[in-house]
Amino acid sequence: MEGTTSNGKFKVIGTRPIRHDGVDKVIGRAKYGADYAFPGMLHGKVLRSPHAHAKIKSINTAKALKLPGVKAVVTAADLPEAANRLEQAGEMAINPHHLSLNILARDKVLYDGHAIAAVAATSPHIAEEALKLIEVEYEVLPPVMTVDAAMKPGAPILLPDLRNREEGDKPTNVAQHYQFKRGDLEAGFKAADFVIEREFNTAMVHQGYIEPHNAVGIYNADGQATIYCSTQGAFEVRSLSAQVLGVAVGKIKVVPAEIGGGFGGKTTIYLEPLSVLLSKKTGHPVKLVMTRSEVLRASGPTSGSQIKVKMGATHDGKIVAAEVWMAYEAGAFPGSPVGAGAMCILAPYTIENLQIDAYDVVVNRPKTAAYRAPGASNAAMASETVIDEIAEKCGMDPLELRIKNGVHEGSPQVVGPPFKRIGFIETCEAIRHSDHYNSKLTGAHRGRGVASGFWFNAGMQSSATVNIHTDGTASVVTGSPDIGGSRASMAMITAEVLGLPVTDVRPVVADTDSIGHTDVTGGSRVTFATGMAVYEAAQDAARQLRERAAKVWEVKPEDVQLGDGAVSVKDTASFEKGEGKPPMTIKELATKLARTGGPISGRASVNARGVGPAFATTLIDVEVDPDTGKVQVLRCTVAQDVGKAIHPSYVEGQMQGGTAQGIGWGLNEEYFYDDKGVLRNTGLLDYRMPTCLDLPLIETAIVEVPNPGHPLGVRGVGEVSIVPPPAALANAIYRATGVRMTETPMSPPRLLKEMLKKRPGEESQSAAAD
Amino acid sequence: MATAIIPSLLRKFTNGEERVTARGRNVRELIADLNRQFPGLASHLLEGDDLKPSVAVSVDGEIGPGGIMEPIGESSEVHFLPAIGGGSDKARRRA
Amino acid sequence: MAKKTLVETNINGEAVEFLCEPRQSLLECLRDVLELTGSKEGCLTGDCGACSVLLDGRAVCSCLMLGVEARGKNIRTVEGLANGTTLHPLQQKFLEHASLQCGICTPGFLMSATALLERNPNPTEAEVRYALAGNLCRCTGYDKIVRAVLDAAKSMKSGVSTSRAA
Repeated sequence: MEGTTSNGKFKVIGTRPIRHDGVDKVIGRAKYGADYAFPGMLHGKVLRSPHAHAKIKSINTAKALKLPGVKAVVTAADLPEAANRLEQAGEMAINPHHLSLNILARDKVLYDGHAIAAVAATSPHIAEEALKLIEVEYEVLPPVMTVDAAMKPGAPILLPDLRNREEGDKPTNVAQHYQFKRGDLEAGFKAADFVIEREFNTAMVHQGYIEPHNAVGIYNADGQATIYCSTQGAFEVRSLSAQVLGVAVGKIKVVPAEIGGGFGGKTTIYLEPLSVLLSKKTGHPVKLVMTRSEVLRASGPTSGSQIKVKMGATHDGKIVAAEVWMAYEAGAFPGSPVGAGAMCILAPYTIENLQIDAYDVVVNRPKTAAYRAPGASNAAMASETVIDEIAEKCGMDPLELRIKNGVHEGSPQVVGPPFKRIGFIETCEAIRHSDHYNSKLTGAHRGRGVASGFWFNAGMQSSATVNIHTDGTASVVTGSPDIGGSRASMAMITAEVLGLPVTDVRPVVADTDSIGHTDVTGGSRVTFATGMAVYEAAQDAARQLRERAAKVWEVKPEDVQLGDGAVSVKDTASFEKGEGKPPMTIKELATKLARTGGPISGRASVNARGVGPAFATTLIDVEVDPDTGKVQVLRCTVAQDVGKAIHPSYVEGQMQGGTAQGIGWGLNEEYFYDDKGVLRNTGLLDYRMPTCLDLPLIETAIVEVPNPGHPLGVRGVGEVSIVPPPAALANAIYRATGVRMTETPMSPPRLLKEMLKKRPGEESQSAAAD
Repeated sequence: MATAIIPSLLRKFTNGEERVTARGRNVRELIADLNRQFPGLASHLLEGDDLKPSVAVSVDGEIGPGGIMEPIGESSEVHFLPAIGGGSDKARRRA
Repeated sequence: MAKKTLVETNINGEAVEFLCEPRQSLLECLRDVLELTGSKEGCLTGDCGACSVLLDGRAVCSCLMLGVEARGKNIRTVEGLANGTTLHPLQQKFLEHASLQCGICTPGFLMSATALLERNPNPTEAEVRYALAGNLCRCTGYDKIVRAVLDAAKSMKSGVSTSRAA
């Protein structure tokens, strides 16, 4: 690779420099969306439905407008009607009608927390008081809260216009049916020595970012608007907001603030169009920030699900047939990740005969949004526990069984072309060789479990520029908001190519006017695709540097090389003879740029090909309290194929963070709705995420099977680690208690109930535990 | 002749066949040829003159960002898949 | 709406005066009145710790305190942790250990950890976890945060000076 030392080893990639934005973040100077303030800024608040399902008969805002300090009130009447069909908006396929309805409800409210109106006032307290003065007349309808209830014949219909192709013109709550089939299922099950059939229920969970949604909208008299917000994708916010507001994309500029967590939940919009709408009505900047209660009630969680898995295997541990039925909660509007879940559920294994039927079902809950490998964790909870049962029945080590059936290069996928070079088996081997695996687990009520997971990862579009400054340092500009430390990797890749110290390269995350189109930070794509664009932009800058040196020395560009931060003539022989040119550092060359053609900017844009999918295998030890059902995680090791770790600390961070979320998903997190469809746990005390007391140190095994599709071998790393933990925990809990859990979360009341069922003479206590 | 792998729910158009052959220099032409052989198939893959937003196409192992314009070789293998991407529920690669 | 009232207090070692409504929390006063946006709002119910500040040396959730309650107290926020441009060892270790990903929880953790180390300069891992259990992080799984705090404790014991305001 151009720019590295001659021995081929990386100088910067693979090291652990301090991130460039680090100091600002530890001294409290970094600006997140809610930190922005502008002269004359007003504060906005949103009125939300207290009903899960109701018709809106009327909205009267007169009293609210009269409250001193209130400057404007908006409802769906202030938004244009939008097309009711699937369309392209940015990188997402969305239904503009549904998107608009989710921003502000029109004729119906579809979940507790559904936005109905927004107010701008001189203080957030006055805005909140104004909400109470908005009069809304509802006709309450029966809520439909589960996929079961939604799919029953005669179920109340949420969206009267919703149709799926299979039911023709019949109103339905089933938005989509996917099916994947291969081989001969019947013959497959006939050939099996035994069949295991299980049904699972996973509860709805939230991404749980610590920072609530925020937006500051500034509408100018010339029709241009600017939005400052914490987002995973400024260009996505721009496209979607333009769609909802009914304006051209170019009328909106989005400035991405630092973001306090997203995990997929901030790849869509909630407050952004409202901030612009209110700014337009008032002539002032308007800031909106969600409360935690609003975040839980009204921003996308991920689907709860019902999954039925049937697998047949032979006694030697070969899985010969698999049948899956899965239904995911989409929330109020279509678009659950059930399709992705269906493509992940059996992905790590070569199974000749399979059929997967997957259903996207609307229910009176918030519209789901992406959450780290969307759909895959639900799926793995089902498949990876059945795999564990198969291993037990065959008397095989569960890792052994996975390796035996595991996919490798050339193996078929559930749907799509065969795998290219992948590292699933290697992650299983890494666990097998880990300290954790090779240490004995002793003590009562303790168990060890393992599970694996898969995620596709994404490519998509990214742009980058690399600017060479007059002092020979560089800046690398991209449009990828940094949620995990990715900007450090961008600087590292640039530094590696140019041969500069990483502290001489400054990474910048730019707004939608200052960098070419860039798709969201998500899909584990930034180091992969934006990294690819950065690599190419840096190569472009390197090429220009060589051309300038060639001009200075009056030689051909092909005769110039760039390495270790300096340009030199390739013909070292003539140099040694005293005839050639001494090398010039980039610093020195930078002083000659004006005279040789002007400033140097390397640039590149990609719509990335060569995506490498990711696998993870996770080993967890637990101890279960026999009296309370509380599960303590004793030890945890996650092995993941990352292709190439650019900055190992941040790669480890992704592996540990995803694992922690998966543990919360498996043990404690869920949405509690009452029988009216009202959310009862709207705070972080009762929406119980792991604290640092709940987790041990999380051991990581970085496996590097380079992705042949990327110049540096990178695979996306951000997501897959969240997939195995719920199943790994279930498998560990089984070994600790003899109970096979088929639902998440495996919280103390649920686990205790199952444990008591198994104890002789305790059946009555089990009933009392309800 | 390229090989097209037909999604399970659309095999009713191809008499249950999973793998069929077709001609085309790119995905658009391939779908047109498939529609000639199996009338009605295209309406499930296309919207206007582009792929439906919910459909992705992989050619020789790569989900090409070119979509409908993705070139197809003499003996390419073409898969039609749901458009699924990470980080957001629905992602789409487009020219 | 009640009239604004004058609050005289000490923030990060400096005497400070500000006007606020009685209903405004200390967090709101820090962020919106004093423009000290380092303390973050995560939940407003004292469950996430992102708003943690030191009140007379004790780590508290500033979202659970009223601005007027700051009268006559010593408040320390993340903005006062460094000594000029010399980072506090905790800040330095957080950077070295990559203990922040999105960074929103970091100010809260730094303040809680400061309170811990000033009270207990030699904590065990379990004591660190217990002291920080009131601060939620969703990005890191806490591993690198715990390592950084233990490492900072070590380096502070070996004589690196800390910025300790009154």
